[in-house]
Amino acid sequence: MARDQLHQSHFRRRKLKNLWMQFLMTLATVIAIGPLLMVFFHIVALGLPSLNFSFFTELPAPTGEVGGGMGNAILGSLVMIAMASLICIPVGIGAGVFLAEFPRGSIPRTLRLVIDLLASLPSIVVGLYVYAVLVVPMKSFSAWAGTWALGILMVPIVVKTTEEVLRLLPFHYREAGLALGLSRWRVICSIVLRSRRKAILTGIFLALARIAGETAPLLITAFGNRNWPSGLGEPMASLPVQIYNYAISPFEDWHRQAWAGAFTLVSLVFALNLISRALMTSGGTRGGELGG
Amino acid sequence: MNLGVQMGGEELSLEKVSAFFGKKEIVKSVSFDVANREVMALIGPSGCGKSTLLRCINRLHEETPGAWVRGRIQLKNLDIYGPAVDPVEIRSHIGMVFQKPNPFPGFSIFENVVAGLTIRGVRKRSYLADVAERSLRAAALWDEVKDILKAPGLSLSGGQQQRLCIARAIAVNPSLLLMDEPTSALDPISTAKIEELLFDLKKNVTILIVTHNLQQAARISDQVAFMYLGDLVEVGSTAQIFTKPTNVQTENYITGRFG
Repeated sequence: MARDQLHQSHFRRRKLKNLWMQFLMTLATVIAIGPLLMVFFHIVALGLPSLNFSFFTELPAPTGEVGGGMGNAILGSLVMIAMASLICIPVGIGAGVFLAEFPRGSIPRTLRLVIDLLASLPSIVVGLYVYAVLVVPMKSFSAWAGTWALGILMVPIVVKTTEEVLRLLPFHYREAGLALGLSRWRVICSIVLRSRRKAILTGIFLALARIAGETAPLLITAFGNRNWPSGLGEPMASLPVQIYNYAISPFEDWHRQAWAGAFTLVSLVFALNLISRALMTSGGTRGGELGG
Repeated sequence: MNLGVQMGGEELSLEKVSAFFGKKEIVKSVSFDVANREVMALIGPSGCGKSTLLRCINRLHEETPGAWVRGRIQLKNLDIYGPAVDPVEIRSHIGMVFQKPNPFPGFSIFENVVAGLTIRGVRKRSYLADVAERSLRAAALWDEVKDILKAPGLSLSGGQQQRLCIARAIAVNPSLLLMDEPTSALDPISTAKIEELLFDLKKNVTILIVTHNLQQAARISDQVAFMYLGDLVEVGSTAQIFTKPTNVQTENYITGRFG
């Protein structure tokens, strides 16, 4: 009997301890996520009411007038991100394949170091560099300069994620391809890249989400523009820069528009993240060994 | 390249084949012949060089950095290490099945079977469908997958995956099939299915199989080669090796005294 009671009290103590620990962990989670949720609700609360159709389709209204939109900034952001992707995705995937498939030797080792350094560059430094080598000689801010700045930020992310996801594919799959009488090149293109295509796409979307919100390098490269994009040689508006300009302005209406812009930007980045998550989980493979 | 089949002749002939990793000799001057449409089992304790020898035969060994081969390997009349021979080309005449089933991730069952053809540029749908059915039937998998050809190859069970890999290997119509412990990762029922399937396969292809399972070697092979520490100790007919081996090491191994 005494033994049973001892057992009971021990059991209750364990239950209490478990409950207490659970409470602590929940608290930690709330503290960690709380501020994030507050930022999110703040942006929704202030941004959503200011959103309307003309926000997406119209040019900014002249100073002092109410209304107008950020259509040009949204389009400008999309143009520069698309241009940067066009240049950087093929280059990034190519370099990632090289590092993953031919990892030995001094060239890959050096390249890997350079990529790591590039990835850790502060974005304002990248902006300054592009300002010095493109904006100053051309004597003009331009969408080209903005594109290059975003591209330099994007390449290392694409290279690193590509390399990592390809390395996750065990070597015996490559051997299986070689044993079928396929050349190394065909094994890489048709088996390695193909079987990891979703994971690579995930990396690309994450890179896009990362550069979509970049402001600092665009401030001193693409600068901003109050008109519709007219050419890549001209200064071009972008969403983050427009938000920045409106937020520091003295006008109430511009503040509202800045919130609407912030909401749009956050939605875009969220959407990119959600897409990449969906891609990651829709692998169709068993046991999740190779999710994609 | 002339690879015309000669009935009853020698399919594969090894002459003083040595395989190295750097300076380390893993396979030491091995010579034997395998007759056309015969099953030869390579047996021996772990690390004796069986798998390495197998990988020399389709020139996969040299893909590992620092690995190289000495000696002469003839597939029919062709010296596969000859100067004019393209290793990629030669591998398409020699199928290989690995220890772990490895259907390509992201490929459906159908795409897996015909991967060796489609990746090389064969596009004709009716032909591919034909090859897929023939190969899957030959691998005794057709009845189980004929309605789910579009499902991912990796959604099958381990035993089915391995038969899928066999189908993929024979889809390119090789005359020689190398199997590296193809059943060691499978349960007894899947193993039995694959062993059964080998009897049908050998009507069309010559098979060289590495196995740790001596009963399996006894059941399925016509010839057995016993390797120990990189040396070929003894080679002979299955009946002779398992009933009256001439070498004492072979006898010790097959009676379970070591290994």
